[in-house]
Amino acid sequence: MNFLQQALAYIFSAENWSGKAGLGARILEHLQYTGIAVAVSALIAIPIGLVIGHTGRGSFLVVTSVNALRALPTLGILLLGVLLWGLGLLPPTVALTLLGVPPLLAGTYAGIANVDPKVTDAARSMGMSGRQVLTKVEVPNAMPLILGGLRTATLQVVATATVAAYASLGGLGRYLIDGIKVRQFYLALVGALMVTVLALLLDGLLAMVVWASIPGTGRLRGRLPQPLLDDEVRLDAGARGRTPDYSRAGPSPTVEGW
Amino acid sequence: MQYLLNHLDGAWALTLIHVRLSLIPVLLGLLIAVPMGALVWRHTALRRLTTLAASIIFTIPSLALFVVLPLIIPTRILDETNVIVALTLYTTALLVRAVPEALDAVPGHVRDAAAAVGYTRIGQLLKVELPLSIPVLTAGLRVVAVTNISMVAVGSVIGIGGLGTWFTEGYQADKSDQIIAGIIAIFVLAVIIDVLILAAGRLVTPWARKTKAAA
Repeated sequence: MNFLQQALAYIFSAENWSGKAGLGARILEHLQYTGIAVAVSALIAIPIGLVIGHTGRGSFLVVTSVNALRALPTLGILLLGVLLWGLGLLPPTVALTLLGVPPLLAGTYAGIANVDPKVTDAARSMGMSGRQVLTKVEVPNAMPLILGGLRTATLQVVATATVAAYASLGGLGRYLIDGIKVRQFYLALVGALMVTVLALLLDGLLAMVVWASIPGTGRLRGRLPQPLLDDEVRLDAGARGRTPDYSRAGPSPTVEGW
Repeated sequence: MQYLLNHLDGAWALTLIHVRLSLIPVLLGLLIAVPMGALVWRHTALRRLTTLAASIIFTIPSLALFVVLPLIIPTRILDETNVIVALTLYTTALLVRAVPEALDAVPGHVRDAAAAVGYTRIGQLLKVELPLSIPVLTAGLRVVAVTNISMVAVGSVIGIGGLGTWFTEGYQADKSDQIIAGIIAIFVLAVIIDVLILAAGRLVTPWARKTKAAA
C-alpha cells in the first residue's frame, strides 16, 4: 500500500501540477494527442461509413478493413513512424488514428445500414432525394450508433496515447513509463491512476452525449447506452439491430433437430 | 521481412509467449462469463449490476491495470500474472454483457417448443438457449482475442514479453526492419487466431450452415 500512498500524495500536492512537466501540462498533452487522433479518425471513417451504409455497396470492405486495422499493433506503427519521420506529432497521430478508425467505421456503417428499411422507403416515397434520405432520415436515426463508435474510439485512443511517452513524447504516459524505467513505481502508479480517471471521465461524458442523441422519445424509454465494442461485435456477428434475430434463420433453429 | 526470415526461431519463441499471455485470458474469461451471464440473465437487479461493473472495468486502460493490479492482488509488479489477470477481467467484462443479450434473443416459439418436448429449465438453457447464443459469443471472442494480442504488444513498453519486444528493441537499436518484422508477425498472429475462432464457431453450430444452404 506504500506505493499507493506515495502516488496519492504526489497527485494531491499542488506543486506537481504546475510547470512544463507538471500534471496539468501532461493532461493537456494527453488530451491533445487524443483529440487530434480521434478527429482525424472521424474525418476518415464517418464519410466512408455513411456512403457504404447508404448505398449498401462495399459492406464486405467495412468488415474486412475493421478486422485488419484492429490486428495492426499500435505500438509498432508508432515506433516505426518515429524512426521514419522523426519525433513530433505525426507518428502518434498516425498510430492512434489507425486505432480510432475501426470503431468509428463500424459504428457509422452499422448505424446507417440498420435503419429500418420501412422508414427509408417511406422517406423515399414522400419524394426525398437520396441525399435527403441520408441527411434527414438515416443520419439522425444512426446518431446513437455513430456517437457510440466515437465513444469507443475515444476510449481506446485515450488509453493507448500512453505509449506516446515511449517515443520521447509527452502525455500522461511519461509518469508510467519513466516510473518503470527508473524503478520508482509510485510514479508509474501516478500515470496509471491519472489515465484511468481521464478515461472514466471522458467515457461518462460521451455516454451522456450518446444518450442525448437518441432520436424521438426513445431516450426516455430506452436503456442506458451500452459502452464499448458492442458495435464491432454486432458487425462481426452480422446481426442487424440490437440483437441477433433467430427467427430469420429459418424453421426450428434448435440444436438437436439436426 | 528479411529480419523475420532470419529470426524465425526467435519469432516462434516470442509468439508462444505472446499467445500464452493473450489467449489464456480469453479461455478463462469464457469459462467465467458464460455461467455468470446465464446466472444473472433472469435477475434484473443482478444483471444491471453486472453490466455496470463490466462497463467500468472495460473503461480502465489495460496498460494502467497492468501497473495497478499488484496493489490489489499479491503479485509482484511486472509479473506475467498481472497481464493474465488484467486481460481475463477484460474478456469477462465484454462477454458477460453479451451472454444475457444473446439469451434474450432466442425467440419465444423456440423456447415454447423446447418446453413442450419436455426440457427442464436447466436442460433448455444448456441444450437450446446457450447453443443458439454461440454466434454472438464467437463474435465477442474474436474482438477480444485480437484486442488482447494488441494489448500484450503495448505491454512491452513496461517490460512485458512477447512479440512486442521486437518493437522496443528495434526502436532502441534504430532498426526499422525489426519493427516491421514485429508488425507483420503480430498482424499474422491476430489474423490466424481470428480465423481459427471463426472456424471453431462455425464448426460447433452446424445447424446455422444447413439453414443458410436451405435458404
